[in-house]
Amino acid sequence: MTIALSGVGYRYAGATKAALLDVDLELRDGEVIGLAGASEAGKTTLCLVVSGLAPRTVGGQVRGTITLDGEDVDTWPMHRLSQRIGIGFQNPSTQLSQVTDTVFEEVAFGPMNLGLTRDDVVARTWAALETLRIDELAERDPRRLSGGQQQLVAMAGLLAMRPEHLVLDEPTAQLDPAGTHLVADAIRRLAADGASILIAEHKADLLAAICSRVIVLDGGRVARLGATDEILGDPTIGELGVAEPSSVRLSRAVQAAGVQSDRLARALADG
Amino acid sequence: MAGGSRLSEASATNRGVPDFLGRPGPSAYHRLNPLTKATLATVTAIAAVVIGGLSGPTILVVVAVIGPAIAAGVLGRLARMSLLLALPIALSALLVNVFFFPGGETVLLRIGPIVATAEGLAFALEILARIMAISGAITLFYLTTRPADLVVDLERRGISPRVAFVANASVQTVPAMVERAAQITAAQRARGMDTEGSVWRRVRGIVPIVGPVILGSIAEVEERTMALEARGFTRPGRRTLLWAPSDSGGQSLARWALIAALAALIAARVAGVVG
Repeated sequence: MTIALSGVGYRYAGATKAALLDVDLELRDGEVIGLAGASEAGKTTLCLVVSGLAPRTVGGQVRGTITLDGEDVDTWPMHRLSQRIGIGFQNPSTQLSQVTDTVFEEVAFGPMNLGLTRDDVVARTWAALETLRIDELAERDPRRLSGGQQQLVAMAGLLAMRPEHLVLDEPTAQLDPAGTHLVADAIRRLAADGASILIAEHKADLLAAICSRVIVLDGGRVARLGATDEILGDPTIGELGVAEPSSVRLSRAVQAAGVQSDRLARALADG
Repeated sequence: MAGGSRLSEASATNRGVPDFLGRPGPSAYHRLNPLTKATLATVTAIAAVVIGGLSGPTILVVVAVIGPAIAAGVLGRLARMSLLLALPIALSALLVNVFFFPGGETVLLRIGPIVATAEGLAFALEILARIMAISGAITLFYLTTRPADLVVDLERRGISPRVAFVANASVQTVPAMVERAAQITAAQRARGMDTEGSVWRRVRGIVPIVGPVILGSIAEVEERTMALEARGFTRPGRRTLLWAPSDSGGQSLARWALIAALAALIAARVAGVVG
């Protein structure tokens, strides 16, 4: 299963300048691609375009083609696209419907909208909760959970829609280290089970830990695209507003300090 | 399907609908169908206005508000909340009618040019009885019915899912906004804003709180809309409901009986039989 962008550009309604220009990208089954870049580089815009929310909900103009398994999705309505591509945002509380009293109903909200049979809705909901290992939260009020737990509930809500691709726009931006760890674990498990994921993140350590490839945007254009080690280990990556992972920084510091221990450098480079 | 699909299928279990969904309320009155309680509240409020006088609304308060509140175990909370709700209107109605009732002759008290009359007091008590019936009925419904129960029940009866969502979200958003206001108040006070002391200081302190609360809520609307879109909210057609509040033929009959009784009361009032 592949989602492919070819020569994609995007301009917000009323804007004179394009927010994205000539983006080519292929997201394959089971792959986690990191999306990095400075603020205003176009990361969120790319997430919106890949998920289909731009232009369907946000408005604006898209150029180029976006295909799912070779099929052009240009004319697909959002409710159809949302069953193939799920999107999560950085603020967990705005992703919750705010109308449900339990986590179970919150996760079931999407499948219920699809008009599936009750048994199917229930099965999908339990499956999503179990996948993210939050089924013990099923009875809790989603508004009373921690930020990390809310983010997992929001992700479970996306999974219950059974998309083939997930787009996550800075899912750990408002989370503490424990919350970030929970989300990172969940992403790793999802990818291991076959989901393909595009994740926009500022946390280089997280990208280094979970991504197989990284795409770096600069001014709406693709500035770098390649294997995670290669992109995040590039000494010039800081010029594009991307921090180096701590393993790379430590490795450089060790070398700069003249420490000759190859074993130490290798261990640090391996993370 | 791949990705999430394979994943979900792999971990699917045979767990059914969890028993905590739509968990019945603590009392028999709580467990009544939400529409039955809504009908009782509406009929009580309208009847209190239609009947007029003092005894009619008072009997309504006792029978349709206090009685059920005792049965539901919420009398104390109901008294506090409905008094709080009705106090501003009740006070103004009392003052205006007692002191400025047109044609009042039996003087109870004279303060300079202002005269309190017995006729004004009697009329004010009638108004108070109506206000208490209305606020009591609404508060009783609020205290014994979860918004989600009413919305699910209405959706089951055919109301549009979007209308149901908006109605539910409107009610459920209030606590979130109160919480946000508390956070903003704390943040503003940490930066030296004075929200205590004289009335003028308190009024001045409202502006820097209300602005961020409203603007923050508006700013979140776009992201909320996108999140809803991503979860199939705009799909045309009916939603699946996982549960619905219980109902019975007896309750249906009771609802129609209440509506018929109200219609008869209005007819009697128009005909001059009551009031």
